[in-house]
Amino acid sequence: MLKRFLAILFLILPILATAQEDWIRTGTGLGVEKVRIAVPDFKASSSDAANVELLRTFNETLFNDLTYAGIFDVVSKSFYPLQQPSNPQEMRFDSWSSPPPNAAMVAFGNLGKQGEFLIVQGWLFDVKNVASPQVLGKQYREAASVENARLIAHRFANEIIFRLGGGIPGIAESKIVFISSRSGNKEVWMMDYDGAGQKQLTSLRSISLSPRLSPDGTRVAFTTFTRSISELAMYSLELGRMVTFPRFGATTVSPAWSPDGQTLAFSSAMRGDPEIFLSGANGASPKRLTAYKGSDVSPVFNPKTGTEIAFVSGRTGLPQIYIMHIDGTNLQRVTDTGYAVSPSWSPNGQFLAFAWRRNYGPGAPGGQDIYIMDIASRKWVQLTHSGGINDYPSWSPDGRHIVFESTRSGSTQIWSMLADGSQQRQLTTAGRNQQPNWSFR
Amino acid sequence: MNRYTNRYPAILLAVVLVVAGCAKKQPPPPQAPPPPAPAPTASISANPSTVEKGQQTQLTWRTENATDVSIEGLGPVDANGSRMVTPEQSTSYRLLARGPGGQQDATARVTVTQPAPPPVVEQPVTQTDEQWFAQNIKPVYFDYDSAAIRSDQQSVVQANAQALAQRPNFRVLIEGHCDERGSTEYNLTLGDERARAVRDALVAAGVNGSRITTTSFGKEKPSCTESNEACWQQNRRGQLVLTGK
Repeated sequence: MLKRFLAILFLILPILATAQEDWIRTGTGLGVEKVRIAVPDFKASSSDAANVELLRTFNETLFNDLTYAGIFDVVSKSFYPLQQPSNPQEMRFDSWSSPPPNAAMVAFGNLGKQGEFLIVQGWLFDVKNVASPQVLGKQYREAASVENARLIAHRFANEIIFRLGGGIPGIAESKIVFISSRSGNKEVWMMDYDGAGQKQLTSLRSISLSPRLSPDGTRVAFTTFTRSISELAMYSLELGRMVTFPRFGATTVSPAWSPDGQTLAFSSAMRGDPEIFLSGANGASPKRLTAYKGSDVSPVFNPKTGTEIAFVSGRTGLPQIYIMHIDGTNLQRVTDTGYAVSPSWSPNGQFLAFAWRRNYGPGAPGGQDIYIMDIASRKWVQLTHSGGINDYPSWSPDGRHIVFESTRSGSTQIWSMLADGSQQRQLTTAGRNQQPNWSFR
Repeated sequence: MNRYTNRYPAILLAVVLVVAGCAKKQPPPPQAPPPPAPAPTASISANPSTVEKGQQTQLTWRTENATDVSIEGLGPVDANGSRMVTPEQSTSYRLLARGPGGQQDATARVTVTQPAPPPVVEQPVTQTDEQWFAQNIKPVYFDYDSAAIRSDQQSVVQANAQALAQRPNFRVLIEGHCDERGSTEYNLTLGDERARAVRDALVAAGVNGSRITTTSFGKEKPSCTESNEACWQQNRRGQLVLTGK
């Protein structure tokens, strides 16, 4: 009996292993060796008292940006040599390239307030190439502030990620919009990709939901209850206020932007049953795409081509995920069972992330988790296993990260993770926070 | 040549001579044709030519030289006359006058406009109205992930319809709600389906659909927050709200 079981196991294992490497390439380095990088704290270059706080913010931000980039194996600080460089002359190569740090790359430098300004010098050295080690040498100068210390750290991190990460721009300056109830009402908020700088955008004192940043980052489309009806609304980040948007007089839900920013897709009951509509970015000329009994909701465009839309439909009973062409033709069903909602399409056009409750019904085992699916092969991977309810995944612009909402901490909060499900971390704590959406850049 | 042929021309000549002789007979002198009868004339008018539905207009007509006068839709009429008519919709009244001299027709067109609907006078909703509403109009409850009216809810729908019939001037909003489980966006659409299902059931039970509007709050406005089936069932509902009269 045991022999037979082992025989079957040995047959299956290779298939499982190769299956993982073959089809699930989310760019997070599965099966690829991550670059081993050390990031010693930058040192003060002047004797200004303000440097203490500026340095702390800078060092923390840079270290986190590189740790969460998804392409590095960041050397633990406990392995660093005692003598750490603040400029190229101070670099002692073999103390970094040999064990314990065993680093391939080292990012180092100095920072100091000089007059009104904050000056940062940063280098990236390939410590195995003593003859010609410099990969990057940058200098930054901004008005001295904690905000700018954070900003410069993000910029330097992005440079390193771009250079070592195969030419895909880093996400250290990207933003996430979300809904927070902490002011007493559900309003639209925005934060940096790492959870810093959380700020309230709208003050409508209604119930606002489903925010989506425009591709050019200037506007947020969302829905809000106006005279007891859920309507589309638009907030301008450039103007810092709401801008007018047509009302359809019927339950309208879940806006999504086409990658060229010219078209909105959304769900509306303006013609009866909730259907998927397209309109101009100003809400003009709504055109219906679906015409089946059963709610159609939560559309999302293929960001690479702009010619397909994934959406949720209850036409067969429980909600399932479908894909169709933007003219409404070529309808394909993507999920086959359970309760599937909240699709998000990866920037490279290959994957859908979504929330799935594969065993559905009162008392059924298992929770609702985030899954990703390779659209071409329909093969999927479960990314969260925490228990609790996980929903509303949104891909990062580098295709390596996913932000989502989860109840696992006891209240609905926003979490992010790498697209292979690792490094899950909580980004919000105040009030209840839901429905995050990552910027296009 | 035989003997018959020889005789043929002679017979032919005789016939020609007889016929020629007839032609030469003198016809009787022609009588002067009688003078042609004068052609009939006809004219008709309606005053006023535009009326609101239900109002009268006066048709007035004149004919000459006609022995047989009729108006389409009214039948035979006197040669001259007038009559009050109350057309249901825009009508062309065609007068047909026939006589020995021929026939003539004329038409008067009457345009009928539909009356404007009576203006909706907003009455303030009183506390008595609200109390009556709360006592007589009840929410309709739904099963998990369903927008179908349950058999045990049919009586609630009927009771609501009968109550609404007693207050024909009440205007109602039906709010669709869902329990806390399930996703935010899908629940907004499920709630909308629930609200419309209740409206359709009320209309089928005789309530005028123009009195009813629908919306959905999804799971955003729960009436209770416990995580148990009793509370979840409370939230899976179509809730009727008095919006005006």
